[in-house]
Amino acid sequence: MRFIGYLIVLIGLAGIHIHCTNGESAVEKATQNKILLFGNQTEPQDLDPHIVTGVPEFQIIESLLEGLTILDPQNLSPLPATASSWEISDNSLVYTFNIRKNAKWSNGDPVKASDFVFSFHRILSPALGSEYAYMLYCIKNAQEFNKSQIDDFSEVGVKAVGDSILQIELCKPVPYFLSLVAHHSWYPVHPPTILKFGSIDTRGTKWTRPENFVGNGPFVLDSWEINKIITVKKSGTYYDNESVSLNGINFYPIENNLTEERSFRTGQLHITSSCPLNKIRWYRSNQPQNLRIDPYLGTYYYLVNVNNKPLDNKNVRKALALAIDRKALTEHVLKGGQLPAASFTPPNVAGYTYGNTLSFDTTEARKLLEEAGYDKNNPFPSVSLLYNTHESHHTIAQAIQQMWKKYLGIDITLINQEWKVYLETTQNHKYDLARMGWISDYNDPNSFLDLWITGGGNNRTGWSNLKYDSLVQAASLASDTGKRFRLFSEAESILLDELPVLPIYFYTNVYLIHTSVKGWTPNILNNHNYKFIDLE
Amino acid sequence: MSEKPQDIKAIPSGNSLWKEGMGRFMHNKLAIFGSVFLFILVLLCVLAPLIAPYSYETQNLSYGSEPPGSSHIMGTDPLGRDLFTRILYGGRVSFSVGLCATAVSVLIGVIWGSFAGWFGGKIDSIMMRMVDIAYAFPFTIFVIILMVFFERSMLLLFAAIGAVEWLTMARIVRAQVMAIKHHEFIDAARGLGLSTTRIIFRHILPNITGPVIIYSTLTIPAVMLLEAFLSFLGLGVQPPASSWGILIREGAETMEEYPWLLVFPGLALSLTLFSLNFIGDALRDALDPRSSRE
Amino acid sequence: MGKFILKRIFLETLPSLLVIITVTFFLIRLAPGGPFSSEKQMSAEVLEQLNSHYGIDKPLYTQYFSYLLNICKGDFGPSFKYPGRTVTELISESFPVSLELGLYALIFAILTGILAGVIAALKPGSFMDYFTMSLSMAGICIPAFVLGPLLVLVFSLKFGWVNVSGWNTFSDRILPSITLGMMYVAYIARLTRGGMLETMVQDFIYTARSKGLSETAVIFKHALRGALLPVISFMGPAAAGMISGSFVVETIFSIPGLGRFFVTAAFNRDYTMILGTVIFYAIIIIIFNTLVDIIQTILNPRLRNY
Repeated sequence: MRFIGYLIVLIGLAGIHIHCTNGESAVEKATQNKILLFGNQTEPQDLDPHIVTGVPEFQIIESLLEGLTILDPQNLSPLPATASSWEISDNSLVYTFNIRKNAKWSNGDPVKASDFVFSFHRILSPALGSEYAYMLYCIKNAQEFNKSQIDDFSEVGVKAVGDSILQIELCKPVPYFLSLVAHHSWYPVHPPTILKFGSIDTRGTKWTRPENFVGNGPFVLDSWEINKIITVKKSGTYYDNESVSLNGINFYPIENNLTEERSFRTGQLHITSSCPLNKIRWYRSNQPQNLRIDPYLGTYYYLVNVNNKPLDNKNVRKALALAIDRKALTEHVLKGGQLPAASFTPPNVAGYTYGNTLSFDTTEARKLLEEAGYDKNNPFPSVSLLYNTHESHHTIAQAIQQMWKKYLGIDITLINQEWKVYLETTQNHKYDLARMGWISDYNDPNSFLDLWITGGGNNRTGWSNLKYDSLVQAASLASDTGKRFRLFSEAESILLDELPVLPIYFYTNVYLIHTSVKGWTPNILNNHNYKFIDLE
Repeated sequence: MSEKPQDIKAIPSGNSLWKEGMGRFMHNKLAIFGSVFLFILVLLCVLAPLIAPYSYETQNLSYGSEPPGSSHIMGTDPLGRDLFTRILYGGRVSFSVGLCATAVSVLIGVIWGSFAGWFGGKIDSIMMRMVDIAYAFPFTIFVIILMVFFERSMLLLFAAIGAVEWLTMARIVRAQVMAIKHHEFIDAARGLGLSTTRIIFRHILPNITGPVIIYSTLTIPAVMLLEAFLSFLGLGVQPPASSWGILIREGAETMEEYPWLLVFPGLALSLTLFSLNFIGDALRDALDPRSSRE
Repeated sequence: MGKFILKRIFLETLPSLLVIITVTFFLIRLAPGGPFSSEKQMSAEVLEQLNSHYGIDKPLYTQYFSYLLNICKGDFGPSFKYPGRTVTELISESFPVSLELGLYALIFAILTGILAGVIAALKPGSFMDYFTMSLSMAGICIPAFVLGPLLVLVFSLKFGWVNVSGWNTFSDRILPSITLGMMYVAYIARLTRGGMLETMVQDFIYTARSKGLSETAVIFKHALRGALLPVISFMGPAAAGMISGSFVVETIFSIPGLGRFFVTAAFNRDYTMILGTVIFYAIIIIIFNTLVDIIQTILNPRLRNY
């Protein structure tokens, strides 16, 4: 009995002590010191720009390294960065970049054009196994080198002329090339540091550790505690230090989004990586200044296995598409300001908007189903809908299952699989309908529409349309924007007529942000360069 | 001196352990209360198709996450489905999983543990090391692999859960058996020439019912929650069907905004657990010849 | 005792470990999907390169034997998911955290559980009995993923006594330890209560009382010993589980422990990490089970020389 008494007194004392020592919140203190507290969702796989693939990794690497250009936070147009200026040849195939004379690595070495050549060589080296090497395939012979069809990197269209001129030769015109080179797969790495820990294509060395990392970005890597915190501090050698207001950034790998929201609420974070769907209503009513819902360049859709009966019939696919009440889904189920998808490409992708085609029309849907031969005497066979286990996929799938039952009278089975199993299943085409999402890496309709060409690596529907292929191909070779968009438009019409995919909604980025964060401009790529951020 | 006829009392008929136990059980007020409550709960779930006010899958998207009210006595879930109905139907899944999987694991665990404990020596070592090995194997991978080879079915769910829960039971039983087998009455039984099986089943097992029953009653709700994790892996009930474990998991995510989604399924699980424990305690008191009387 | 331990290690532990490693090594390859399956389809060439870098393009038996050879040298391989990290590094950095959390949870669970069980057993059927038992059962009805956020809601958000998450100050340890320990309090309390009820009516207790010993001495020095037998056998694997970390608790409180790796490695198909964590966990279990067997023998001399 006495033990319990002691215990209670102890807890009470501890409580009082803790309460008394709580002064200002972490956020307030950090704002004073100009340190940004950033909720970064998960522990990064690595900090090597040529190996990693995820958004949390890019968020950190973006502070440590800088490419030839960066994107303007407002309109995503390319701005000079490590390259101070450039010239484009008349045929749009040769880009000549002038590397800034005062650009320096964090150890004082000047940034040279040959550093970029080395870096492109590295990411294209087959042995490194980079999953993003394909981003550089527009360079002449880059694809051949990456696929080991040629061995000599000097045949690849990138050359250093002296220390400060970088020449890149493309195999076909790329109108968005200057934005493309802002992507982290095009970042330079410091050759002596890489070579100190292995050869140019050795995977997974210690060069990314805080004591070894050398970068050319506005910040340097200060500390890295696995699953706990990664800190970066303002660089002493960055050429544009006067514009950088922040003194440092702390990245917290908080995996549970409910925990992250609670951390934000108690003043532990300036920015979160997401906001739990069920909290959106509360923030909208009580703290709207902290809630951000930004359109995000991505589409959520269902893949259709066009080789499986009865989905091989175009009318069936159309019927399914027309019987989804996208508006109800986004308003009542998702509640995160997502846009119902009336096309496959989101609106205003670098100026390209397809326009509304897909609607919610249950009468037409039923008619199409009948035309396909299904009615009371010939009931619609059972089809399965596959998705990977995640709260929102679960809810959306159930809602759509009910919609199809209510409006079309058909029963579908829901199958949820764990992530990797689901990837295998979709890759092997062993599904009827499967949930998918595609987030674009760069701001151009090509990144959405070239998914569905015949035999495309990400085309898991088995759909093939030669006219579509030729339109997308032609668009990639055209240099006039108007012509490109017309070709894309034609291609998308085919896509939305044949419907090998059922678009559902366009993504939004929902997250929480403290009012002291300034300069955080929303854009559809969720690209926020830290040199424009300030804390007040 | 001869006794008067009325002085000769009838020789009382012998009472078996079980008959005595049942008698004691019936006197335990809480056990009766728990049994009745549990019976009613199970009955409600079994009769769900007859008594549920709504279908468990009909959605009403504009009435999502409504608090308890006149049309929905326990409120609605985010898709507008009636929570009371879903709890009733969910109970069917949870009870069947909970009872069957636990029964499987108790059976295997008791048999395994008592043989290991009785024989001791090398047999015990091998058997218990096998338990250790089974413990170490990652459960998640085990389930994923199971699903590759067997059809996704309820039977597989029972097997997966049962395969994991018997381990601790085996250890507990083994320790108990080892403690008892040196008691005098066991030596007596051996001296009488009783077979091993008979000794184990008729003499040792009744004396270790205590911890076995306690652990079993605690296992059932644990199993119900484990089932929710398995649904996450794709095994277990597929939507729109649900179970208490799943409802509790979903409710936990929104405990601040829509507390009823957590409270009602949570209450169902807790009340079941309490009833089971009252019953379990009473059973233990009833069957254990040495337990203290009140 | 020394011979017992040596015998345990060589005759039992090492063979068990070998079996565990072998079974795990081959079985995990059966799970669909590999470490490199990703949403964006990888080109066949890149996949080939990755497979060759990690040696998983070689025949399975070759991989198995090289793995065995390597772990004898102490090299558990690089993690597939975290290219720049070795399995040894990941485990050795995260285990101390889980160990600390587990120890606090263990102490909490044992003290609270045994205390509750003893109090309940002293007056069976009384209010105290039902009250303490009900309280301790909260640990089972209220699973960690409910209890954790609930505690955070009350003590962090409402009262502001402690942080919502993290593992920095001492106060950060409190809520996670309670959440982790609560699950076991019910088992320990009930098993203790049951054990006490059985032990308290045995003859040697009457003897002790009639010798004039105080009730406290009777309870704690004599009764508890026998009563704790089932508790100890339960605690073996339970303690092992607690100190190897809990995925749920570590995720809710953002704790950089080992527990999360057990689950994420499986989901990532990080073969080397799976094997590393399995081996580590197996060793801990075997150590704890051996400890438990030793303690049981001490508590009940009749168990010796089986």
